[in-house]
Amino acid sequence: MAGCDCNRRGFIKGAGAALGVTAAAGAGLTAYAMKKTWDPLPSVVAAGKVIVDVSGMEEGQLSLVEYRGKPVFILKKTGDMPSNEKRDVVVEGNRYTVVIGICTHLGCIPAYLPGESMFKCACHGGEFDSSGVNTFGPPPKPMVIPEFKIEGGKIVLGEEGPEYKKLMAMA
Amino acid sequence: MEIKKSANVGEWLDQRLGTTMLAKVLMTEYWIPKNINFLWAFGVVLMTLFALLVISGMFLLMYYKPDTALAFNSVNYTIMQEVAYGWLFRHIHAVAASVVFLVIYIHMLTGIYYGSYKSGREMIWISGMLLFVTFSAEGFSGYMLPWGQMSYWAAQVITNLFGAIPFIGPDLVIWIRGDYVVSDATLTRFFALHVFILPLIIMGIIGLHFYSLRIPHVNNQEGEEVDFEAEARKYKAGEKKKAKVIPFWPVFLSKDIFVLSVFLVFFFYLVFFHYGFAMDPINFIPADSMKTPPHIYPEWYFLWSYEVLRGFFFSADLGLIAFGIANVIFFLMPWLDRDPAVKPAAKRPYFFIWFWVLIVDLIGLTIWGKLPPTGVNAYIGFVFSILFLALFIILPMISKAERNGGAK
Ligand code: HEM
Ligand code: FES
Repeated sequence: MAGCDCNRRGFIKGAGAALGVTAAAGAGLTAYAMKKTWDPLPSVVAAGKVIVDVSGMEEGQLSLVEYRGKPVFILKKTGDMPSNEKRDVVVEGNRYTVVIGICTHLGCIPAYLPGESMFKCACHGGEFDSSGVNTFGPPPKPMVIPEFKIEGGKIVLGEEGPEYKKLMAMA
Repeated sequence: MEIKKSANVGEWLDQRLGTTMLAKVLMTEYWIPKNINFLWAFGVVLMTLFALLVISGMFLLMYYKPDTALAFNSVNYTIMQEVAYGWLFRHIHAVAASVVFLVIYIHMLTGIYYGSYKSGREMIWISGMLLFVTFSAEGFSGYMLPWGQMSYWAAQVITNLFGAIPFIGPDLVIWIRGDYVVSDATLTRFFALHVFILPLIIMGIIGLHFYSLRIPHVNNQEGEEVDFEAEARKYKAGEKKKAKVIPFWPVFLSKDIFVLSVFLVFFFYLVFFHYGFAMDPINFIPADSMKTPPHIYPEWYFLWSYEVLRGFFFSADLGLIAFGIANVIFFLMPWLDRDPAVKPAAKRPYFFIWFWVLIVDLIGLTIWGKLPPTGVNAYIGFVFSILFLALFIILPMISKAERNGGAK
């Protein structure tokens, strides 16, 4: 009874295929779920914005604020420090360097050396000037400017204002 | 098969599990050449160190707390000061974690010196390299757990390395950390890796490593091709002196146990009197995500590859590529060595020089990896890094020259 045999073979093939597809889908979904378990939690993602009042800062002063778990350097430039049209954040006529204080090499936090007006990274000797531009060592690019908005004498981190967009367009 | 009434427990088990056969295959008729030296005992030393790590780790696990708010004190106060003998288990764990790499390097370099990675022994070599990689991951994840300044910044720098992978890099870093920076989510997942997932994988690979030894057998000091069946017949016929082999158990292991005993005296001397080298003082300062310590460096056993990374001080990308190569290049030993004959380095004039230059270079990289990367140090590190890469570029050429009669 060849036909019967054929049917049986057909059935086994079909069942095998169904099993294979179901198992593959299950494995795929499991891998996806496993991947998702390692994603940042919603509470972590929903880090709020940070408002910094810079009107009271003195020239040459550096302040450190925490923003989304990262340090942000805000340096009020002195007259001696060269200005940088592509990077300076101008608030009420004063120039500020506003950067995420993480070395663009491998993520250490560079230290500010006031005497030399520069940032130095201890990890592999990277150096950045007072505008946060890399000048020596392994860091491949300047320190990153975080999203910001200017509101009077305050800088709001975590929102993209026109000044931020202008700097980004020039970069 | 008919089950008969057994006279003792041994027979009872033998009928059900075939224990007599098993003991023969794994021990009493697993033949080891006589012509080997103490360097062949380091595999068993590694096995012992792994056992010490697992046992001391279990006791640390009973008080350790994987939470950024609690981790530091659970280690430095609870385990070190309150738990009776907690300090002992911590010192054993830290010293073993450091010394295991010294022994792994000796074991690997022994394999390279005697050519034990080719002509049928490729799988031993590859499984060994997999052990090296998983041990490195195990060491790195464990180093994070005390949540001191070095734990934190080593984690920050190493996870950042993945950011250089094209396209997916930045997202991958966030995924590995579970946060934009190394944080509580990172600590708990590395805890899971360190105490369960990686040890499980390591045990599996150790099984593979031993299995891969069973068919080609271990190499010997001359690279001589031993006819194991013929030699085993001699041994079993009572010609123990003439046979070139001995059984793994009890003869070979009794020699191993001697070397192991000497090693353990040294090991426990370190545990009790010189544990400091395995615990960095900076790691006794709690982690602070807002302050990088002035000089950070990895544990000594990662310094050589770290220096290859730093050596290219003028280009982060080149450094990362070189670092990537340094971490996998040893996997390729069986194919980079173009001379199929198994011979010790002493009988291969070019390879002999190559081997000792490699050792000097690895030591040089290790020393300069610890020095601050400023001034002339940056250039010396660069020279050592270039030399490391150059060694693996010329290896195929010199080994080919030797195959073509360059060496007697
Ligand atoms: C850390 C876990 C490891 C354990 C527990 C281990 C254990 C052993 C043992 C018991 C032996 C047989 C005795 C001996 O020749 O020493 C052996 C042989 C060997 N292992 Fe490992 N090993 C480990 C890691 C490695 C690594 C990282 C490599 C290098 C890639 C490696 C490469 C070899 C080679 C080539 C042999 C054969 C030696 C010969 O035939 O002469 N092993 N291992
Ligand atoms: S992390 Fe700053 S120079 Fe490497």
